[in-house]
Amino acid sequence: MSFKLSPKLSQQIAYTLLVISTIIVIVPVLTVIVIIIKNGWSALSWEFLTTMPKDGMRAGGILPAILGTLAIVSCAICITLPVGVCAAIYLNEYAKDNLLTRIIKLAIVNLAGVPSVVYGLFGLGIFVMLLGFGVSILAGALTLSIMELPVIITTARGALSSVPYSFREASWSLGVSKWQTIRRVVLPNALPGIMTGAILSISRISGETAPILFTAAAFYVPHLPKSMFDQVMALPYHLYIISTQIPNMPKNIIFGTALVLLLMVLSMSLIAIVARLYFRKIRKW
Amino acid sequence: MVKKKGEVKIQIKDLNLYYSDFHALKNINMDIRANRITALIGPSGCGKSTLLRTLNRINDTIDGVRITGEILINGKNIYGEDMQVDRVRKEVGMVFQRPNPFPLSIYNNIAFGLEINRMVKTKKETDKIVQESLEDVLLWDDLKNNLKMSALNLSLEQQQRLCVARVIAIKPQIILLDEPCSALDPKSTTNLEELMQEMKQKYTLVIVTHNMQQAARLSDDTAYMFMGNLIEFDETSIIFTNPSKKETDDYVSGRFG
Repeated sequence: MSFKLSPKLSQQIAYTLLVISTIIVIVPVLTVIVIIIKNGWSALSWEFLTTMPKDGMRAGGILPAILGTLAIVSCAICITLPVGVCAAIYLNEYAKDNLLTRIIKLAIVNLAGVPSVVYGLFGLGIFVMLLGFGVSILAGALTLSIMELPVIITTARGALSSVPYSFREASWSLGVSKWQTIRRVVLPNALPGIMTGAILSISRISGETAPILFTAAAFYVPHLPKSMFDQVMALPYHLYIISTQIPNMPKNIIFGTALVLLLMVLSMSLIAIVARLYFRKIRKW
Repeated sequence: MVKKKGEVKIQIKDLNLYYSDFHALKNINMDIRANRITALIGPSGCGKSTLLRTLNRINDTIDGVRITGEILINGKNIYGEDMQVDRVRKEVGMVFQRPNPFPLSIYNNIAFGLEINRMVKTKKETDKIVQESLEDVLLWDDLKNNLKMSALNLSLEQQQRLCVARVIAIKPQIILLDEPCSALDPKSTTNLEELMQEMKQKYTLVIVTHNMQQAARLSDDTAYMFMGNLIEFDETSIIFTNPSKKETDDYVSGRFG
């Protein structure tokens, strides 16, 4: 009574399902890109990228949002990269496998799972209010850097542990100290991996909205940022505002802004991918 | 134990080593003589590599290793409290099982140790030592025009020779070799063995080998180890022809191992 498929037919069905699932993955990505380009392309111009908004942001450019995002993100990476790499060196090269180390590792894993809006609230409480930085580039950058720390630590540890142990042994056996070995042998060989991880992090935090919502981003600032303690406009938040908060917003400016953000993020990822391919090609071990 | 010609270079006294709970070396006592090749032989897991790696304290880098006893080099305990581990390793060089040149140029592989140990002040001095070291391992004539080439492009034999050159450049007194030929073909092995025979004029060599024939034809003294114990240590000719312990005889004659 049981109904049986021939092996050949079941194989066909399985294969088709797998192919369809794979296509489902690509379709939304392509659709998003196509729609944004189609609707936003007409807004793109040199003027759009280099001038201030006009008419209640319904016209003009998005320069302050671009600069704001660049400021927050570059500050954030300057904070998170050194701290993260140092922590990764400690964990990978020095830490003994004991309870404390295991707790630290567990904390890093958990930190990576905290929703980004929670980081935003944390940043509001600590940096904006307690430390008194106010809503500012600095507060936003610190919030983003803490959010990105576990990612940097994890990728940097991966890069460090991919350097063969035999390089370390060779160096030690020449009378080179542990720290000199790390500095002269391990780090140079791990650097490509660390850098590609950092570039991907930059691309990821460029698009983050929630962590800067309460800590750095402003609805509208009529001038460009002058110091670390200024509020700034930022691309992702600006996009949210012009899409939802402003009536009669020209559609091509919304999509044009989205396109600029997308291009920033994608070009970063592309750089990381190309760099990784390049280093994989020249690396011989 | 061996009490014949040649000054004692390394004196191992009541050495015990534990990997956490595992007792890997049991009460080793051994006098290794200068300007000779001493071979450590024995079946896998007998502790011969572990013993070798205590001589430049590179076992210290492994979590959970505990050592008791003393190893005296030129009469000074390298596990003594006032001893700097990096200083020990500079005097006791090591060549590993798989050639492990740095992913740098041939020149920089040798210059690396010189610069970090501050043994050279000028580029000229470095050039000179690089040349001498490569001449000593018979690579100079083949590579003198390609010193900027990556060391990873060399053949395995050349890589292993470069690793030897890298060690002798920093002028150690003792060179440890951990199965240095196991990644090489027979021809390269012969070449490297000839090199080691040359090297014992200047250095004290200790070699771990899996290959009993290699120990027999290469070394002056041989130590047979089993299960963390030093069973017998004597001149190679005696170990292979007239050992005093039955276990040694069983192993070198191939009845066991």
